Amino acid sequence: MSARVVDARNLLCPLPVIRTQDAVAECRPGDELQVLCTDPGVVHDIPAWCRVHGHVISEIRHEDRDIVISLCVGDTEGET
Amino acid sequence: MPGPRKAVALISGGLDSLLAARVVMEQGVHVEGINFFTGFCVEGHTHAIRKQDSKRPKRNNALWSAEQLGIKLHIIDIIDEYKDVVINPKHGYGANLNPCLDCKIFMVNKARQWMIEHGFDFIITGEVVGQRPMSQRKDTMPVVARDSGAEDRLVRPLCAKNLPPTLPEQEGWLDRDLLHGFNGRSRKPQIALAAHYGFEDFAQPAGGCCFLTDRQYSVKLEDLWKTRGSREYELDDIMLLKVGRHLRPRPHFKMIVGREEGENRFLEGYRKRFVHLLPTSHVGPLVLLDGEVGAEDIELAARLTARFSKGRDAQRVTVQINEREGAMRSMDVVPMPVDDIPQDWYL
Repeated sequence: MSARVVDARNLLCPLPVIRTQDAVAECRPGDELQVLCTDPGVVHDIPAWCRVHGHVISEIRHEDRDIVISLCVGDTEGET
Repeated sequence: MPGPRKAVALISGGLDSLLAARVVMEQGVHVEGINFFTGFCVEGHTHAIRKQDSKRPKRNNALWSAEQLGIKLHIIDIIDEYKDVVINPKHGYGANLNPCLDCKIFMVNKARQWMIEHGFDFIITGEVVGQRPMSQRKDTMPVVARDSGAEDRLVRPLCAKNLPPTLPEQEGWLDRDLLHGFNGRSRKPQIALAAHYGFEDFAQPAGGCCFLTDRQYSVKLEDLWKTRGSREYELDDIMLLKVGRHLRPRPHFKMIVGREEGENRFLEGYRKRFVHLLPTSHVGPLVLLDGEVGAEDIELAARLTARFSKGRDAQRVTVQINEREGAMRSMDVVPMPVDDIPQDWYL
């Protein structure tokens, strides 16, 4: 199954985090998500947000000017 | 058997909200954080845009606080709803265009709504009596509790002993004796409490966390409203006010001049929406023209663009002019001497 893609390019933090948060809210545990960004702050902020919510970053890679963050949605049972 | 009581803490990324949440967690309460994004937040943006800041940590301080506390943090986009707070503050402005008291009331009310929707019991803020001249005074703190609708479900753990007991204290969900009685502008009690909990490297933003408290930013926002004839704004408007050098050489147009590589890159994202200029014979800034411009305006803007390029002392500088629809041409201009630029063109 291909990962759902969130396009957060040309947005500055924390908007890419908010877009990720909104997308994760519609996912199930184990779903894969790919977030496309351009703000270099995301390499700190999205992993930090994932850590406090129990999601797992599987890859961060740079493609030209884009930063592509892949994550696996954790067990959101009881997620508020 | 019922689980622990649950509280939602407003987490700004500063020390006080971090400590307030920690004090309540210590009493066995389940705490989750909430952080609001208004579009005016200093957090992150200038660090992200400006290359010269690239050696500074790009962390989001609210997320950092949540990690220190080991709690979830919910970041809420309130950009659209917040416009009315900025444009029509019932209690007026504090420093510059900061709608200080209305902002606090709005955010506590949003937290109250979140609390109800998610089955939480009360709200925590890091406010301290007497710390801020408008929203954190003995007479205005009850206004925040009342006008937000939070009433006695709003707990300020750092100064609770200076305020009437709240519902969580009355019900025994919190032991009032374990809350604090901080007062005034001194930061010493907070620093001592941070040391007690082992918090280090916490953010201490000078001038607050909101661009609306900044004089220069407020001047640019006033200029935007005045020239548009309306106090409306979109997110892109207020983001662009954070970036570059802004000059208004004529009432009908403004220039946004990138100051370094990071800003130029950010401004590139707006190229299709603005006439934009770029020196090609010398290294120089990307410049957006905001407004409807004629031939004389473009020549003036090109000379100013040359002035801000590495060719400022050259006889002539070639400047590329790019129209919104994509047409492109070049113009050779004499850079405008620094002394010929009136200071009142700078916003």
